[in-house]
Order: sequence, then C-alpha cells, then structure tokens
Amino acid sequence: MPTIYIDNKPYEVKAGKNLLEACLAQGVDIPYFCWHPSLGSVGACRQCAVKLFKDENDTQGRLVMSCLEGVRDGLRLSVNDKMAKAFREQIIEWLMTNHPHDCPVCDEGGSCHLQDMTVMTGHDYRHYDFKKRTYRNQYLGPLIHHEMNRCIQCYRCVRYYKDYAGGEDLNVFAANNKVYFGREKDGVLESPFSGNLAEVCPTGVFTDKTLKEHYTRKWDLTMAPSVCQHCSVGCNTIAGERYGELRVILNRYNGEVNGYFLCDRGRFGYEFVNDENRVKQPVIRNRTSEAVTEPELTTYLQTAMYNSKLIGIGSPRAAVETNFALQQLVGPGNFYKGISEDEAYLTNKVVRILETGTVHSASLKDIEQSDAVLILGEDIWNTAPMMALAVRQSVKKTAYSHAAEQSKLPIWHDAAIQEFVQEEKGFLANITVAGSPLDGIAAYTAYGAPDNLARLGFAIAHELNTSLPVVSNVDDDLINKAKSIAAVLLKAKKPVIVSGISCYSEGVIEAAFNIAASLNTAERKAAICYALPACNSMGLGMMNAPSFDHAVTRLQREQDMTVVIVENDLYRDISSSVLDTFFSKAANIIVLDSLHNRTTEKANVLIPAATFAEGDGTMVNYEGRAQRFFQVFMPANPFIRESWKWLKEMNLYKTQGSNGHNQPPEELLEKLESTSHQFEGISKVTPPHDFTIHGERIPREPHRYSGRTAMLANLNVSEPKPMQDNDSPLSFTMEGFKGIQPSIAIPFFWSPGWNSVQSVTKYQEEPGGHLRGGDPGVKLFHDRQGSEPSFFKGMPESFAERPEKWLVLPQYHVLGSGELSIYTKALEELTPSPSVSLSQQDANRLNVQNGDMLQVNADAKKYLLAVTINKNLCNGVVLVSAGLGEVEGMSWGSWVKVSRCE
Amino acid sequence: MISHVRTIWLTFLHLFTKKVTIEYPEEKVKLHPRWRGRIVLTKDPDGGERCVGCYLCAAACPVDCIALQATEDENGRRYPEFFRINFSRCIFCGFCEEACPTYAIQLIPDFEMGEYNRQNLVFEKEDLLINSEGKYPGYNFYKVAGINAGVKGKGEGEQEEAPVDIHSLLP
Ligand code: SF4
Ligand code: SF4
Ligand code: SF4
Ligand code: SF4
Ligand code: FES
Repeated sequence: MPTIYIDNKPYEVKAGKNLLEACLAQGVDIPYFCWHPSLGSVGACRQCAVKLFKDENDTQGRLVMSCLEGVRDGLRLSVNDKMAKAFREQIIEWLMTNHPHDCPVCDEGGSCHLQDMTVMTGHDYRHYDFKKRTYRNQYLGPLIHHEMNRCIQCYRCVRYYKDYAGGEDLNVFAANNKVYFGREKDGVLESPFSGNLAEVCPTGVFTDKTLKEHYTRKWDLTMAPSVCQHCSVGCNTIAGERYGELRVILNRYNGEVNGYFLCDRGRFGYEFVNDENRVKQPVIRNRTSEAVTEPELTTYLQTAMYNSKLIGIGSPRAAVETNFALQQLVGPGNFYKGISEDEAYLTNKVVRILETGTVHSASLKDIEQSDAVLILGEDIWNTAPMMALAVRQSVKKTAYSHAAEQSKLPIWHDAAIQEFVQEEKGFLANITVAGSPLDGIAAYTAYGAPDNLARLGFAIAHELNTSLPVVSNVDDDLINKAKSIAAVLLKAKKPVIVSGISCYSEGVIEAAFNIAASLNTAERKAAICYALPACNSMGLGMMNAPSFDHAVTRLQREQDMTVVIVENDLYRDISSSVLDTFFSKAANIIVLDSLHNRTTEKANVLIPAATFAEGDGTMVNYEGRAQRFFQVFMPANPFIRESWKWLKEMNLYKTQGSNGHNQPPEELLEKLESTSHQFEGISKVTPPHDFTIHGERIPREPHRYSGRTAMLANLNVSEPKPMQDNDSPLSFTMEGFKGIQPSIAIPFFWSPGWNSVQSVTKYQEEPGGHLRGGDPGVKLFHDRQGSEPSFFKGMPESFAERPEKWLVLPQYHVLGSGELSIYTKALEELTPSPSVSLSQQDANRLNVQNGDMLQVNADAKKYLLAVTINKNLCNGVVLVSAGLGEVEGMSWGSWVKVSRCE
Repeated sequence: MISHVRTIWLTFLHLFTKKVTIEYPEEKVKLHPRWRGRIVLTKDPDGGERCVGCYLCAAACPVDCIALQATEDENGRRYPEFFRINFSRCIFCGFCEEACPTYAIQLIPDFEMGEYNRQNLVFEKEDLLINSEGKYPGYNFYKVAGINAGVKGKGEGEQEEAPVDIHSLLP
C-alpha cells in the first residue's frame, strides 16, 4: 500500500487510484464535478485542483487536477495550500458567472452538488458584472425535465448517457462558451436508464419530472431503505414520502447490486402507491352494505377461518413474510404458488441449479466485472434492465482493462483509455429469440426458437467439455458457431452466463448451466444467473409448494373450499377460462391486495394490503439475495396493513390463540428459517426491531425536516404523538442517531457539507466500493467449490414449424410490462401498444404488413393485435406483448392459431 | 426611614413626567416598520403571488410551524398550493423572512392576534396573502430567475443575453 502525504500527514492509500478518490476515501474533502466513481476522470471541470510537490524540500509545488493524477508511494500534495484553494474558489466563480438565480425554484436545491461545492470552496460573491448566457430548454419526455441554463459543462450527462448506458440520443452540441447538452431536437429520451441523469448531473439541469408534480425537498422527505418492486434484480432504493404520499424513488447504493443507478421502471414506477385505484376499505360482497368496519370484518374472519377448509394462493410479488404467513395460515399442504405450472417448473429448475452451489450465482457486480458474457435465451434489456446495464459495463470494462494493460494507462483515466480503446469491445455473445438492444455491443449474436437456442447452448457445452453429449442432427453452422463462442469463453477468467425463464424452455436453462459448470475450474471462476419474472419470484420459488394448476385440480376434487389469495392478479399469468372455472368452484374467496384488479373483483372478501411503501418485508432477488425493505410511512388509513399482518391475525382466529399479536417481522423470518433450511440466514437481513445505536433509533427524517407543528394543524392544532414503529429500528421522527447509519438500514445519504447524493462516498469503504459494514442483503445460495456438477444430458430436438400453428412466446417491454409501474402516468405514456411480432416470411404467408391486425387465438381467447415484423425472428414463432393492455396470461410456449383479420 | 421618604418623594415627582402608557386598545401603539409581528405573504409589483414555494422559510423556522406544498401553473410558475402557519407555535423570530429569497414572507407590525380558541391561530394561505408588496416594493423574483415561468422568456431578463444559437460554431 503506497503512503501519500496530504498536507504533510501520511496516509496509507490503495494503489491504482487517482488522488481525488484516494483523498475522498481518507475523508479529505476536495470539491469536484466531472469525476464520478462509475465514469472515471476526464479533467473537464478543473475543480479538483491540489498542489503537488516534488519532495519535502519543494516549497513551490505545482497545481494539478487530483482526478488526473495517480497515487504513487511517497507522493506529497496539499489540499489546503493557499494557491490551490484560491484556484478552486476561482473556478467555482467562473462556473457561476452564467449560473441563473434559480435555487428557490430549482428541484436540485437542498440536494445540489453545485451548492455543496460552492459552500466548500467558500465562493460567495459574484464579481462578474456582465450579462448571463441563456439557453432554450428541450422537451425530453415525461420523465426528465430540462433546464439548460443551470449547466456547468461538466460533461457528466453525456458521459453517463452515451458511454455508460449506451444511449444515442443525448449529446453535446455547439462549441466554446455555448456548449449545449441535449437532444438533436425535442423528443422523448430513448434510453430506459434516462432517470439516472437526475442523479448524475451535479446541477438542476436534469431533474425528475414526476417529482415536480408534487415537489418536495430532500430535507422534507420521510425516507426509508427500500427495494425495487418491478423486476427480479431487486435494486436498492430510497423511497421518500411527504403528506401521506409517496413522492420519489432515489438510488440506494449497493456495491453488489445496482451501484449508483436504477432503470426508469424502478425509478418512476412508484405512483401506484398513491393511485386512486387503491383498495382502501375492507369489503364483504353480497351484503346490503358491503364496506365493513373492523369489528364486522373480525367477526366474519373469525368464523370463516375457524370453520372452513382453506387453501392459499401465494404471489411472486408478495414479500417472503407474506407468502410464509399464508402458508402458515392454510397449512403447508394447502399452499400453492400462484404461478402457472410452467413458470413454477422452470423457476424450480433454476432454484435447484443455484442451490447446488456448483456454480457461483452472479451478482450484478460479478457481471460487471466479468470478462466474457454469454446471454442465452433471455431478453434481459426488457426483463431485468439493470442486468443489461451491467452486461454493458462488462463489455466496456474488459476492453478498458486490455487497454490499460497495453498502454500502462490507469483504468480511471476515462478519456485517454477511451481514445486507446476505440472500437474494441469485450466479449458478449447475445443469443436470444429475436434480438435485444444489447445486440449492438455484442461480438456475437444468434437468434432462433428456444429449442434451437438450447441446442446451440448444448453444442457450446460440448465444445467446452467433450464428456457432455453431442448434439444430434446438427448442421456445421451450429458447430462452428459453438466452437467460436467456446474458444472465447475458454480464454476468459471470470465468464458469466446469463439466462432466464422468459422463453419458457427447460433446455435453455439446462444448457446455460452446462456451459457455466463446464467453464468452472480452479483457475476460471464462472458464474451464472437467471432472470425471473417478478421481484420475489425467487423467494416464492424457493418455497416447497405446488403451482397454481394444482390448486385448480384440487378445487375440482374438493368442495366447500375457501381460497385465500394474496397480492396476486392471477389474470396476468393464468388464462381467464381456467380462472373463471376456478373461481366458480370456490366456496369463498378472500383476496388481500393493494390495488383493484380482475382478481380482486372476484373476491367475496377483499382486504386492503399495504404496498412496499407502507409495510415491511423481505424479497429474494434473482441471485438469491434476500433484501429487506422498510416501511416508509404509516398510512392514515388504518385498514392498510401488511398482508403478513392480516394473515397472522387470521391465523390467530383460526387457532383461536390469543398470544402472538403484533409480533415483529423478524420473528416470521426466524420461524421460516427453522421450518425451511433453504432460507437459512434470512433473518439476518434486518437488524432486530429493537436495535439501537447508543440507545438511539435511526430517524427516517433528516435533521432539517420542516413543518412538524403545522402540517397537520389544519386538522387539529395540537400535534399528534409521533408514530411508533414496532417493526423496525427506524423511527418516524428527525430525532435519534445522527451519523453514518449502518449499511443495512440507510434511510438517506447525508453527511455534513454533503447534502446531495454525492454524500454516498462517505458511506463507502472507498469511492465506488462496498458500503462500510458490507453491502446489504443476505445471500441464500452458497458456493460449494469443488462439488461435482450434475450435468444435464437430455436436449430438445431442433425446432420444427407446424402448419397453421405458431409457438407463442412473451415479448416484455421495459416500460410497460410491469404490473405496478404502469400506474405511473408518465410510464403509461411511454408504453407501446400491444402487438404481435412475427418473421417476414410468416408475415408474407399470412399476407400482412407492419401495423395490420392479426387475430391470435390463445387459451380459448381471441386477441386482435397489430403486427410488428421482426427480421430476427424465425418462422413458426410469434411474440405477443406480455402484460400490456388487454393481453392476459397465456400458456406461453404453447402452439396457437394466428390468422389475418378480415 | 429616609429611604421610605425618598421613595414617596420620587413617586410624587413622577406625577409630573410624560406618560408612557397609553389607553390601549382605544389608542393604538406606534410600531416600527421592522417590528416583527403577524406574518403575511405579499405580492409582486405585477400582482402575482411572490411565494415560489421554495420551502426555505419552512426549513429556517426553528419551531417548524410553517408547512406548504409547492405546485406549478401551466406556465411553469411555481407557487404554494397551500401555505399554513401555525401561529400558536410561531415565536416571531423572523427567520422565515430572512430566509425568503423572494421577499414573499414578511413580518408586519401587527400583534393583535389574540384568540380564545387555539385552532383559530392556524392560518392558511387565504389568511396570509395580502394584496401588497409589503416592506420591499419593486421586486419580482421571476424577472431575475433563469427559468421561464410565463413572466419573461429566456434571455429577456435584464441581466440576460439572448438564448444561444446551438447550431452556430462561431465564437
Ligand atoms: S443547480 Fe444547484 S446551485 Fe444551481 S440553481 Fe439549482 S439548486 Fe441552485
Ligand atoms: S447538464 Fe448537468 S451533467 Fe451535463 S454537463 Fe451540464 S451540469 Fe454537467
Ligand atoms: S425494475 Fe428491476 S432493474 Fe429496474 S430498478 Fe427495479 S429492480 Fe432494478
Ligand atoms: S421562503 Fe419565501 S418563497 Fe420560499 S416558500 Fe417561504 S415564503 Fe415562499
Ligand atoms: S473532477 Fe477533476 S477536473 Fe473535474
């Protein structure tokens, strides 16, 4: 470890870093703008100047940009040097010559890096007497607001949007003193990662437009650590509330998962919490007055629970606690997963593979750091967006590290490395049914029907490990493809295989495992991951329970059953013909959910459930990482409670027990652990509810939270008692522990002098590294190095078209396919209309063109869908937009009839 | 003894000095313009609401008795959707006035706010907003801000140059 001298004090720092990172890691503050841990240094802003000395006798020194200077042993620098300080103050003053007088109406205010840095440098008086430069703004779509006058030309936005996220429609225009950051012309930002601009831009140029609708300053938010609910990646978020409404979702740094970023579905998909469509009142249907009071509901449930035969339908979007509480209520033999047999079977397959631990289950960080990625059969851009962003980083970073090796340039020297890299890319083989936006950076792409993708996978596996079966009836083309991919994978040191279940093929899952397991040797650490459909698909999949199809047969066999469905709109996953019969067979239907949907319509008893923002719970993401989300605010409506709380009460009615009210959620997790060994360790996901630091709880509100004695004064001038949280160590006040909160429970990032999101540096071991105290989350799958993999030997025959029938597969859309995110008006606006994709030849055969209407007959239902011709798609397969508009659950992977509408 | 006589004498002398007490409430006190009393929200010279809903007064308030919600009109002009001061908590410190970047919130020389019912001391925007510029005439924040809120277009402010032509490469 090199020692550097900062203002004559020795510090041990990590080699290979730049001075700015090194100083920040030591807690020495240097102002900066253009450098970002994920973007590296370019030296564009000149803000991070320090003085560098040749040796201890050098009194002159020279000014350098700390972000462009590497760490060397014995290096001497001064941050407090008079000239360096004056220089930095001058730089801010120059940056400010054109800065508008906007803070009061700027959404960045209060969490503005420019404000923080201005205060840090001490600049306070404007000497420049001339006029200010102005710009016109652009319309950038419903998610991001543009206010170009506030720009300080740090270039972070384009470096993030273009270089990091691969967007093509944001750029820098004009020249010299007039550079402009925006689009070529007004229009919606195309990248589904555009929301991060709001956090990356150190000023208020790019801000969250959905927040603007109900604007609240950071200091006024009640915040809690949360977990994104919109896909299986489980990005960590901070959710903020004011006046009983969820106002904003911000990134919560997790070095192993999402790092600094979120996708737009996750960032903006929060408005369902505030939606009109919320279930607000318990309802017992077929009565004169359906809305019932608490005592009426209790009486009803007491008899219902005590007297009836219960079966429970769980949900992949409900928390682990909720599914487990339901299983406890109905009994293990009566609990069903609430997903179709196919989905349950495939998820189970994934769980079994990961449980063996023969191949490491890849986190997003593992993907980013891998040096070769193979995607087999999953369109992760649309099903697990942040995973796609991680793959992109792997492709970029591999090329960067090659360049760094060859050129001896440090890897953080972004501009120089980029110049050196030119068009070189790391290895990505993107093998999908019909392509994805990642194809653009892939060294290798292949398309085909799922069976053929699986066969290609098995062929690769055979090339890697000749003891694995040869693929039968193959053409040379397939073998050659497999050979060339295998050759690159063999050269890699940390290859990652990415797959998933969305093409409904067992073979794809198995082939992916065979490849990963063949690559995994003592020298080469391979990793694998499978994207799953919903935020807690993994947590549900890990439970020992049959699929929904078994519940259907059960109801056909047995009469007088009461069905308890929790947080699951079954119509999204199961076809309506099956469901309608199912519901007609049930004697009584009790549904707990947060939003009205087609399933809640069927309920005889409907009970309002809390969303993630109003409750506590745990989710297990695709890699088997259990993550806890904390209640953000207590809803004013007393009926809105976590489903697991309702279910536990119902369990007490059933057993006629009287102990066990108001147990904290960790007790459920402990019980889960003791009954199901696969969940071992999950109770460590959260500190106990009575956890304190020096006797103090962790406040959800920043110390400058305002309006406490006025916000409810219109109702009653005497302030109510602060709300009590008995389920977690967080409190609903601004009093309590002040300081760096433990990584497992960070409600917001803040540090003295660092009001903006950049304060996250103070929470990390080093900038861009792990959070101090470890990145949150408990991994439930453990590597078992050296254990013999049990390879899959069977493989599908190659895909054969059928006359007049098409294999139907889901086409997911990053903004649109989410069940809950679609309640955000802005996302709804960006949702494509449902369509059916087919190959050019098939289109010719059916005599249709782009935009024509086709009729798809699936599961005894007819859909009229617009045609999209996809040139990558093979003949005999159609893709139907999943979860959009009228499209319900279909038997994906089955054969359907498609015909032209006359 | 001497002290008692002296006290009586001094008291007697006071009969002939000028009175400082007044016949309140028949006669009103004279207060300085900067006297910190009842809080009002003022309007700008063009009659628009001055408050831009920046939340700075609320943050500055040591007793947290200001609560508001910002919103925007169709031109993007920000103003408070509601603005509430709980005067039963207010300590008339004037911090809000000092924090306000737009001269919207001002403390005025009026202290006659006695109420029998504490609830009546909760003032909403309708109760706070006055049709005047108050102590600081002439200032309109939106004329000097960088945003276009329907008050002036980009580059039309006094200290602003015309918007940059981004298609030009000339210096
Ligand atoms: S970017 Fe920051 S400094 Fe500039 S107007 Fe906005 S809050 Fe103020
Ligand atoms: S728009 Fe923001 S991120 Fe982009 S250059 Fe300007 S200040 Fe930097
Ligand atoms: S939707 Fe998925 S990828 Fe996007 S932020 Fe949420 S968890 Fe992350
Ligand atoms: S400080 Fe002034 S402009 Fe800001 S919210 Fe308060 S009254 Fe309105
Ligand atoms: S941070 Fe070093 S020059 Fe911008």
